[in-house]
Amino acid sequence: MITPSGNRAKCELSVTVNGELKTVRAHPMERLLDVLRQQLGLTGAKEGCGEGECGSCSVLMDGALVNSCLIPVLQARGASIVTIEGVAEGPRLHELQQTFLECGGAQCGICTPGMILAAAHLLYKRPAPTVEEIREGLSGNLCRCTGYMQIFEAVAEAARRNATT
Amino acid sequence: MRSDPIVGVSVPRKEGRDKVTGQARYIDDMVLPDMLFGATVRSQIPRGRIKKITFGPGITWDEFVVVSAKDIPGKNCIALIVDDQPCLADGIVNHPEEPILLLAHPDRHVLPKAVAAVSIEYDPLPAVFTIEESECHSEIIWGADNTFKTYLVEKGDVDQVWGKADYIVEGEYQTGAQEQLYIENNGVIAAFDPEQGVTLWGSLQCPYYVHKALMTLCDLPADKVRVVQMETGGAFGGKEEYPSMIAGHAALLAIKFRRPVKIVYDRMEDMAATTKRHPSRTRHRTAVSRDGKILGGEIELTIDGGAYSTLSAVVLSRATIHAGGPYCWPNIRIRAKAVATNAPPHGAFRGFGAPQSIFAMERHMDRIARMLNLSPIEVRRRNFLKPGQMTTTEQTVREPINLNQLLDRALELSAYRSKRERFSKENVIGTTRKGMGVAAFLHGAGFTGSGERYLASVVGVEGCADGSVRVLVSSTEFGQGTNTVLCQIAAEALGLPYDSVQIAQPDTNQVPNSGPTVASRTAMVVGKLVQSAALGIQQTLTGCGMLGDAYAPEEFRAACQNYVAVHGPFRSWARYEAPRDVFWDDEKYRGEAYAAFAWAVYVAEVTVDLTTYSVSVNDFVALQEVGKVLHPVLATGQIVGGVAQGIGFALYEKVIWQNGRMQNNQMTNYIMPTSADLPSIRVFFEEMGNVHGAFGAKGIGELPMDGPAPAIVNAIEDALGISFDSIPLLPEDIFEAVSAKSLLEHRPHPTGGVR
Repeated sequence: MITPSGNRAKCELSVTVNGELKTVRAHPMERLLDVLRQQLGLTGAKEGCGEGECGSCSVLMDGALVNSCLIPVLQARGASIVTIEGVAEGPRLHELQQTFLECGGAQCGICTPGMILAAAHLLYKRPAPTVEEIREGLSGNLCRCTGYMQIFEAVAEAARRNATT
Repeated sequence: MRSDPIVGVSVPRKEGRDKVTGQARYIDDMVLPDMLFGATVRSQIPRGRIKKITFGPGITWDEFVVVSAKDIPGKNCIALIVDDQPCLADGIVNHPEEPILLLAHPDRHVLPKAVAAVSIEYDPLPAVFTIEESECHSEIIWGADNTFKTYLVEKGDVDQVWGKADYIVEGEYQTGAQEQLYIENNGVIAAFDPEQGVTLWGSLQCPYYVHKALMTLCDLPADKVRVVQMETGGAFGGKEEYPSMIAGHAALLAIKFRRPVKIVYDRMEDMAATTKRHPSRTRHRTAVSRDGKILGGEIELTIDGGAYSTLSAVVLSRATIHAGGPYCWPNIRIRAKAVATNAPPHGAFRGFGAPQSIFAMERHMDRIARMLNLSPIEVRRRNFLKPGQMTTTEQTVREPINLNQLLDRALELSAYRSKRERFSKENVIGTTRKGMGVAAFLHGAGFTGSGERYLASVVGVEGCADGSVRVLVSSTEFGQGTNTVLCQIAAEALGLPYDSVQIAQPDTNQVPNSGPTVASRTAMVVGKLVQSAALGIQQTLTGCGMLGDAYAPEEFRAACQNYVAVHGPFRSWARYEAPRDVFWDDEKYRGEAYAAFAWAVYVAEVTVDLTTYSVSVNDFVALQEVGKVLHPVLATGQIVGGVAQGIGFALYEKVIWQNGRMQNNQMTNYIMPTSADLPSIRVFFEEMGNVHGAFGAKGIGELPMDGPAPAIVNAIEDALGISFDSIPLLPEDIFEAVSAKSLLEHRPHPTGGVR
């Protein structure tokens, strides 16, 4: 008979995720990524490398772009987290989601959640970025499909639309 | 009927909304009740006999399920072409990371420690690690002579050309292994039920490859194996054959324990254990006339297949057929072989052998130009294939291709001449050197030779009860746009809006075998079948009088609903039939290798920094003729993405091997291009017309992988005056060559000579 082994000491902590206060029980060193995906069912953040290199697990934590595979969940106690699931407003897509769709910014889609959060973070800091700023701003997020050009277009187009509305 | 076209228009990607909102379901997002997690115990040595397996202390082993080769119900192999690769090593291992045992447990976090606690004693056997070691036969590790496959292509009489040549130009070119590096690692879930058999969900390209492998491994009939493709986070060939292995592992655990089992690799395991692009070595010896015409030549091409044959024979085939590039060879002999080494098997990766042999061909054209003191442009121009001429396999070029026109446009778009002139003046001072490089090439679409005839793909189109239309194919979406393009084709054929056509999830219980999603065949071959099957739906409705010849989409919808209500399920099928004029001789390797070729000229502009010896690509022009462009945004995305992988192949991505094992199996030390590394990649299409594919489309996916590496290395030679013949080309290689340059300049040319 199989039963989960070990009775690892867990702690209870609260974190705001996409505007909702959540209380979870987790081992203090559990990765924020695993808590989001496995406990809260928010599977939009992906694990690509598990060492903070690819950025596909990117989320916003108190407004900062972080690799959730590198954040022990205890460090997120009391923080406000935004995942890809919290980007759209109801059925209405966020401007970046719309331009990623139109410009071909998403191909296989596995880097897309992290890439869109990185792009949102960039546009928050630099509402009208230059191409060089876009390149730099997204360089922590790897994409193997697109060669990035259509992602740059999507970000630039979202910035243009934001400027005119 | 709808009047505005759908084909040629950038409609929204079918699954795009799910992807940008994080709702798309990949394998690791799926959880089944009572699911266990699986892990793999792998060989630590390259070759040897397994003496003893010990389950070490500190692990509550009775909580684990353990599977070994003895638990396999059917045949212990990964059924593909030759059944030489075991699913689990049984007594002997032939490469590092070869699977030996499987473990499963409800808590995925305890598995790594358990895997580490299994110790295996071996009697090591001598191993071979390079093409040279394999071909000298000092140790036989596979078959009679370490050779998986050989091909011989002969056209004309090459032996009589050497005496007539003004120049004989020789060169040897090498390419390294390359990791596909899809961002989603390999992963599957298997479930077993004695009534229903095995169900497998996974990240994969070819559902029916996995289906066949599981039938053989589990000794189950076709209807007791079901394979479902989940959203797949990149593949590039890396999920063509390997998923059969991981699927087999999960299935064995699920069968033994009667619970669903998930196996998802982490990055380090994926990089160390799964396939990579075949390393290659190509030797050219070419007879050339004084005015730069190729009179004939010999090409000797060898690829390293790793420990088992897997797809090496097919990769070698494509490498062989592309080895002569887009040039007219009056006489040629190509000898090709795939050899065994004690490394994990090398496998499919975008381009499938062609990037290797085209790198050699296009570097060699620049070598010929240099030796003859002609421009690289002129040498190409004087040898381009023209309509009516024959390729190396004696396939007559029937497409109305004009490579000179393609070359002229690429040179103009890249400002090749003015930049080259400027760089030649500027390159004498300062700490940077700039150069321009060109590559011209072709890529065959669809399976090689008689492959499509053997596959005999079947496609279905269904008229649904609600009046909508559904495409039924096993062709998979993994970023390239399969879902979107096939729905566009069906909508266009039926005169319906794009939104009224959907595509079924690839599930072997639901869709016919439309063949594997490989070889740049989906839009062209499968697309054409979708078009015919869709027309079958329309003809049935008009034939039985439910629909007039001209109709509005609402009328179609009503007719379709009516048909289903009266007659029940409404499906139309189309099966591939080879065109009558297609001839291929597998013995002599002669004939119509591909139904169509895509053609391209790429131009790279590079800067070499003489302080750091790093190369940056400053501009990249990718011009190609791919027939009708069905979806401009997707097609452009394919080209840019392929060029980016090609830049990585040339300048960044180096697999460090030690005793057959990848040492840098992490994203921190195996470097792929980031957004800050790439130039502006400018994509242009020519449409010269092709009758083969749906609405005139040809294959596109692999083409852009072929040209970047030679164009870039040619540009580096243009910048430095140093010839590099091996990739990846890293700053340390350039440093070494630049340091040695003055020495080299005082020696005779290392290869070839004037006759």
